Amino acid sequence: MSDAAHLLCRLLAVPETALTLDTGRWGEVITVARAELLIGSLAYRLRGLPLPARVEAILAAAVRSAEEGRRQALWEAEMARRALAPLGCPVILLKGTAFVAAGLDAGQGRHIGDLDILVPRVALDAAETALLAAGWEWVKPDPYDDSYYRRWMHELPPLIHRERDRMIDVHHTILPPTARLTPDTAQLFAAAAPLGNGLSILSPEDMVIHAAIHLFADGDLSGGLRNLWDIDRLVREFTGLDADFLARLAARADLHQAAQVVSRALRAAHLLFDTPVEEGRAERLFDTAARRRLLARDGWGRGTRPATRFAFYVRSHWLRMPPAMLARHLWIKARSRGRRESA
Amino acid sequence: MAATRYRAPAQGGLRIAALDDLVAIYHRASGITHLAVAPVPELMEAMAGEWRTLDALADAFGLAADERGALIERLEELVATGLVEAA
Amino acid sequence: MRHVFSVRIGPASFRVGSDWRAPVDQLRALYAGYPAPEGGIADYTVRLSATRPWRRFVRPSVAIAGDYMLPDAAPLPLAHGLLAAEMAMNLQLALGERRFLLLHAATVERDGRAIVLTGESGAGKSTLAALLSARGWRLMGDEFALLDPETGLLHAFPRLVSLKNAAIDVVRAALPDARFGPLMAGTPKGDIRHLVPGEAALAAMDQLARPVRLVFPRYGFTPDARPVGAGEAFVRLTQASTNYVALGEQGFDALTRFVRAVPAIAIDYPDAASAIAAIEAEA
Repeated sequence: MSDAAHLLCRLLAVPETALTLDTGRWGEVITVARAELLIGSLAYRLRGLPLPARVEAILAAAVRSAEEGRRQALWEAEMARRALAPLGCPVILLKGTAFVAAGLDAGQGRHIGDLDILVPRVALDAAETALLAAGWEWVKPDPYDDSYYRRWMHELPPLIHRERDRMIDVHHTILPPTARLTPDTAQLFAAAAPLGNGLSILSPEDMVIHAAIHLFADGDLSGGLRNLWDIDRLVREFTGLDADFLARLAARADLHQAAQVVSRALRAAHLLFDTPVEEGRAERLFDTAARRRLLARDGWGRGTRPATRFAFYVRSHWLRMPPAMLARHLWIKARSRGRRESA
Repeated sequence: MAATRYRAPAQGGLRIAALDDLVAIYHRASGITHLAVAPVPELMEAMAGEWRTLDALADAFGLAADERGALIERLEELVATGLVEAA
Repeated sequence: MRHVFSVRIGPASFRVGSDWRAPVDQLRALYAGYPAPEGGIADYTVRLSATRPWRRFVRPSVAIAGDYMLPDAAPLPLAHGLLAAEMAMNLQLALGERRFLLLHAATVERDGRAIVLTGESGAGKSTLAALLSARGWRLMGDEFALLDPETGLLHAFPRLVSLKNAAIDVVRAALPDARFGPLMAGTPKGDIRHLVPGEAALAAMDQLARPVRLVFPRYGFTPDARPVGAGEAFVRLTQASTNYVALGEQGFDALTRFVRAVPAIAIDYPDAASAIAAIEAEA
């Protein structure tokens, strides 16, 4: 059942694949693309190619959605800028919003959910106060989750704007302090590129490193295919602008203690999207498991391979906190989920 | 800290449709549709694309001293919705 | 997915995958005569699946899923599988449609001119539309009016008409030759039965209509009618649209043009007969 998911990867990497695609396969490709939140990206990649009428109509709708999504994402960034401007601290846009704000290829058709920003740790309390005063409020968390967030996580507990109903995640580093990797946050700020309106984005190398960290070390790989596509787009665009980009990326990854994570991400991108990367040592077992996890979606949009998915969920938490804490955290989560389900 | 000047989107930043007693305003930058009654549309026009001080706005509308409070309230509401910027 | 059903209803097509045969058989029977998706490619995908593998057989419970989903949507018992399928299809259109501005309304048409009946659940839209269809009006839809932003015209979306409780018998009496789906008793919204749109509705499914009246019916009040201004109509319609915001500036244009061009009236009515009379007086 990875067929449909794999086909989606082929279409993204080599759009001309669409020209010889069997009509019967479009249904499942569209379904997988929607489930992976990649339909907008697919629509941009296939623009201009002759496609069956219904496919063109569906992709045209996806382009419209992506355009509105882009507008809303940039507006959230603007409203955050207005609220935080009096603080005078650097505010770095992350992920999808950064891509569209900077006009990068990775932003074309990209689905954008929450606004993610990075501020210095010393500014965190002031940022929280300013956002609350400007109409954001806490998404009511579990009391345990709240203290977990504040002490251990790399971000404030999530905030949502009461009128616009959009979430903002305020980070102070790009991986939790308890994690096994510790990126050099001061360097992230030092190398950040200003957008000219008071907001900044990460440097190209740091942007790719963040994407790689987010893909493998931060999340449980659900939504991974979209993040991997980001990496493909970023790497191609940056190597197009600078022939030495990959070498600089490797050096920067060492600085952030993220060399392994970045290598794994680049290998996965190469495997699924033919991203041009440097030859390096492969990790057979890991690479195979990662590929299975990334393609675990069938032609009806269902997540498949539950065992692999759970393995990555546990693994991702293992990376974020020490094992003893992990056991306690997972046990409490399982208990509260059990309580909710039987209610 | 209190704001001293305000700015609304410039010409072309808004779409405005008069609907009998209401005015529907589509704010292009945000994609949000606002519904307003007088004097909001007039107020927006007085600040369109230009920073205006509170005094300038009060004068433009010939407001007495005791009416400034109401003006400030309207402006703050507009700032909260994002239609108007304050500095 | 073991069992699959595909159908085109107006400009929107669906493929429905199900872990059980019954809902698919019911859909196939009720939508007999409707065309298949154009080019074999459906706009939207719906999944009716068992909440847990063993719940396919033990107290079978249908979880609704698809391209677009609501978190925490409660599953339905298999006996109401047809209802689950209809709800799921509505949800796909509601959340996914970008070609047309969707208004939560029933629409009937005569001579190319359409009356749009909008209001909350319980206002009687579906019932009134069904009763009007017994009086020579073409049923264009009972749940969504599809407004084309380019032309200002309405497209038909004649899905199965959802009738509740007392309305079921009222409509059966008015349309003795019509086809109805099974009675689903004890759903969260009471007893539900679906009316299959008739031959006329199906034959004219792809014919557009110009909206000429917007009606806000209100059931259970002494008869009254009053004009509704464009401002009030605009506000009420944005609240009744699932995709106004998603359409952005195009949605703003489409809706402002609509409320300025189409006179609106609020009609209070104590019974169907008086509502029908008041609506036909508007035509």
